[in-house]
Amino acid sequence: MPQVSSPPTFQWIGRNPPRKESIDKVTGRALYIDDLKFEGVLYGKTIRSAVPRGILKNISFLPGVPWGEFTIVTAKDIPGKNIVSLIELDQPFLVEREIKHAAEPIALIAHPDKGLVEKAMNFVKIDVDELPAILTIDESLSGKNIQWGTDNIFKTFHIRRGDPDSIWSKADVVVEGEYWTGAQEQLYIEPQGVVAVASREKGVTVWGSMQCPFYVQKGLKPLFDLPEDKVRVIYTVTGGGFGGKEEYPTLPAAHAALLSWKAGGQPVKIIYDRIEDMWATTKRHPCRTRIKSAFSRDGKLAALKIDATMDGGAYATLSAVVLSRGTLHSFGPYKCEHAVIDTRAVFTNSPPYGAFRGFGAPQTIFAIEQHMDRAARTLGIEPDELRLKNILRKGDAMPTGQIMKEDPGVDGVLKKALDESNYLEKRRAYREHNHADSRVKKGVGFALFFHGAGFTGSGEVFLDSKAGVELTAEGGVRILSANTEIGQGSFTTHSQIVAEELGISYEMVEVATPDTAVVPNSGPTVASRTCMVVGEILRKAAADLREVLVKSGHLPGGRHTPEEFRRAALRYRETQGELKVFSKYQPPSGIHWDDKTYTGEAYGAYAWACYVSDVEIDMTTCQVEVLDFVAVQEVGRVIHPVIAKGQIEGGVAQAIGWALYENVVLHQGVMQNIQLTNYILPTTADTPPIRVFFHEHPYPNGPYGAKGLGELPMDGPAPAIAAAVAFAIDRNIASIPILPETIFEATNG
Amino acid sequence: MRTYLPEFDVVSPRTLDEALRVLSQNPPPTPLAGGTDLMVLMNAGQLKPGAYLNLHSISDLHRPIEEAGKEIVFSALTTYSEARRHPLVRRCLPMLGIAAREIGALQIQSRGTWAGNIVNASPAADGVPALMAYDTRVELASHSGTRTVNLCDFYLGYKKTVRRPDELITAIRISIPADRRIEYYRKVGTRKFQAISKVLLAGVIVLEGRRVEKIRLVFASVMPFTYRARQTESILQGRDIDSGLIAEALDVLKQELNPIDDIRSTARYRLGVAARLFEEFLQKARMK
Repeated sequence: MPQVSSPPTFQWIGRNPPRKESIDKVTGRALYIDDLKFEGVLYGKTIRSAVPRGILKNISFLPGVPWGEFTIVTAKDIPGKNIVSLIELDQPFLVEREIKHAAEPIALIAHPDKGLVEKAMNFVKIDVDELPAILTIDESLSGKNIQWGTDNIFKTFHIRRGDPDSIWSKADVVVEGEYWTGAQEQLYIEPQGVVAVASREKGVTVWGSMQCPFYVQKGLKPLFDLPEDKVRVIYTVTGGGFGGKEEYPTLPAAHAALLSWKAGGQPVKIIYDRIEDMWATTKRHPCRTRIKSAFSRDGKLAALKIDATMDGGAYATLSAVVLSRGTLHSFGPYKCEHAVIDTRAVFTNSPPYGAFRGFGAPQTIFAIEQHMDRAARTLGIEPDELRLKNILRKGDAMPTGQIMKEDPGVDGVLKKALDESNYLEKRRAYREHNHADSRVKKGVGFALFFHGAGFTGSGEVFLDSKAGVELTAEGGVRILSANTEIGQGSFTTHSQIVAEELGISYEMVEVATPDTAVVPNSGPTVASRTCMVVGEILRKAAADLREVLVKSGHLPGGRHTPEEFRRAALRYRETQGELKVFSKYQPPSGIHWDDKTYTGEAYGAYAWACYVSDVEIDMTTCQVEVLDFVAVQEVGRVIHPVIAKGQIEGGVAQAIGWALYENVVLHQGVMQNIQLTNYILPTTADTPPIRVFFHEHPYPNGPYGAKGLGELPMDGPAPAIAAAVAFAIDRNIASIPILPETIFEATNG
Repeated sequence: MRTYLPEFDVVSPRTLDEALRVLSQNPPPTPLAGGTDLMVLMNAGQLKPGAYLNLHSISDLHRPIEEAGKEIVFSALTTYSEARRHPLVRRCLPMLGIAAREIGALQIQSRGTWAGNIVNASPAADGVPALMAYDTRVELASHSGTRTVNLCDFYLGYKKTVRRPDELITAIRISIPADRRIEYYRKVGTRKFQAISKVLLAGVIVLEGRRVEKIRLVFASVMPFTYRARQTESILQGRDIDSGLIAEALDVLKQELNPIDDIRSTARYRLGVAARLFEEFLQKARMK
């Protein structure tokens, strides 16, 4: 990657213009899905299974509510295919015969009186012949109860480099460990919600809270057996997603549309309350990782064997891709010539686990980083020294064979983080303190990691994303992209990129509502790709639009003022009519990926980071308090420093929750603590000052050098906090969440 | 909200007499004060349909906090915020201020009531342990008369109290404790604020020299109801406090407490932490 010797001065990149949607949001003008009024709306609810597995025998509607006034839908009412179109075609929209998980949708009811629908939920009786369920990874792999394929395994990946088996017997030190990360609820502030209007004549229109309108469109076409132009999906202001609104909204959208279809085209609104949202929707995949490693006595990593298993839940959904990313982040930023990585996602009778910020990477990063700390303890080498002996440098290869063509600068990121956190001094002081004081234990720990931005391997090529810009009637520019604003600031950063490229003011750029009838498919709003991948497509589209204006003689070839652009745009529209310019994704040159051998460049760009956590544990209650948090990352180019910092701070807080508080309690495969009184999130009183530092090392294939950063902050905090806790109590930490109960048991064993 | 509102009735009497008359009907309506728990249940569809008695329409039930002899008296609708702000409470009953601050957020503190905290009978009540440690009496009124019961005798089991369905709390009488007492209030929640407790200890100890003249040990979230550890108290009562006595009392406490296992924590953690809080309290008293 070329180092920019003298950073260019930008008009909009690296500045902090007000967010495009913030005034509407803070004044309450922004309308979320539940704020939208529809004439004659029916309120829909989903009848779900109470058991993890069984054969559906009968659905009865008991006396006590006026059922004649209700619209009722079961699988029999589905006009097209009862299959959610994702990677595998295994999941129905409504159960036909076999129930595969608790909370699985069985029937739908709707009525104009919202309260009466709630009451009616208690008057539906589901008769089921229960079948034995699989509730754990071990039960799934035992081979005793096969429910998916021949072995309950959705997907496996294998990476081979060198021959670790030739190393173990002659290694100085072999370190083994098993690590566990639990499920986590995305907990967007706005729960899932949609409104649908559907009829054979007019087709299907859906409004809703979502990340990916084209995913919903893809899911609804076969359900109603309708062509693309008859299924329209419109994004409404969305109160957070974190992956939870990547693939899931297709289900409520389909349910609302089925009810509307049955009700003769009356609009149907389905809004989950928090309880239903936590009970029934996707969460982060639980993951068990076993690592065996060989080191020389002086700390050189000689061999690595990683074996990770993710619980996928009852349907394949996105587990294969989550697993892929987990696999490709499992080895950390370390050089190892002998590495074998085997991973799998397995079936259980739990609601399907799904996309969640980090997408599999936080799970395996937790494991490898805890393992490196465990190795450091075994070897008697300081964790930072052990890392420095093994980090990837120029010319080194990852286990996938991806060569570092330039120095990724991992040591610089590590050094900066250790300096800013005063790590070495704290380490020394806390060791002394812990020796003298048994009432309060102090710890400091860090995690070193990377996150690949954009889709894995050839994913972006398959997506073939397209985005564009058009001239507005006011002489400005409107962005046409399917990428949604879910709180991450994409409307703003995209506008900055386009304004910069066109040499116009930020205020002259507006963003079209992501509506499948209006915008092209620029791919999903996921995978830290929106700024880096779609931003670059938009930059090229903007450059092409400018060229059209120049070539047609409306704009001078050299510099121009925003006002000159505006006049040129207006003249163009007067004489030539509308102007829309689209651009498509161009794969960067020199990137090759082999899906069969899992070798090559898994990602075109990686963000590199080191996070340091400083903790204190009250040994009376075993409660951990994070006192200070330092987050250093190299992200190419920061487009909007305030937004970027906000992404890191928010992600760190979310990951502190995963590390210390958020304990998804499962019973019969389904979450029990489904209220915010018993699913515990950290509040601002529980989160420390989060100190964010960016390094910029522009990436030539991202807009103005930008790489992805949205998921990065989910990766580092859990291993950094676990390392700090392990240091404080002088014991290995192998699983999260690290609850006070965990520490109590560990220190009173 | 998972509730069909037409199935709920709210009765709003103007006077206490009228309220007590309504309560004597069969079935009696459920009194509704701050709604801290009722509204959560209602949202979740777990609140039983039927009649509810709105207490806010009765001005008699909402009197300012007052001093009466050696007692401070709360009315039925005295809120946590009122107690937090009240100079007399802050001076004489500091644990109530600390407890009030631990309950929910400002919205709940401004609406939630001490009487509701008592009657709701949650094992995890934050206010009740402090009241109980201060020797509080509860005035219960019904159509047929008024009686006063000690708060420490109020609970009979999980969500079971001595209050009859036709009775309403009309006053909470808290004894002003001795000046030379040592207090302890510590809530161990699932996070710093806006949390339900996993273990809580409210304690008061009065020493005469080194001799324990009086001791109150009240635990929340450890047993199925707010629990006064009388066996442990009686071991300490009248004896000189030293490390030997503390160790002896600790053994008794571990026998006396039989903690619950639930979605929020484990019995082992609760017992272990309850014992540590107790020890922390007694060490603090011993060092005085």
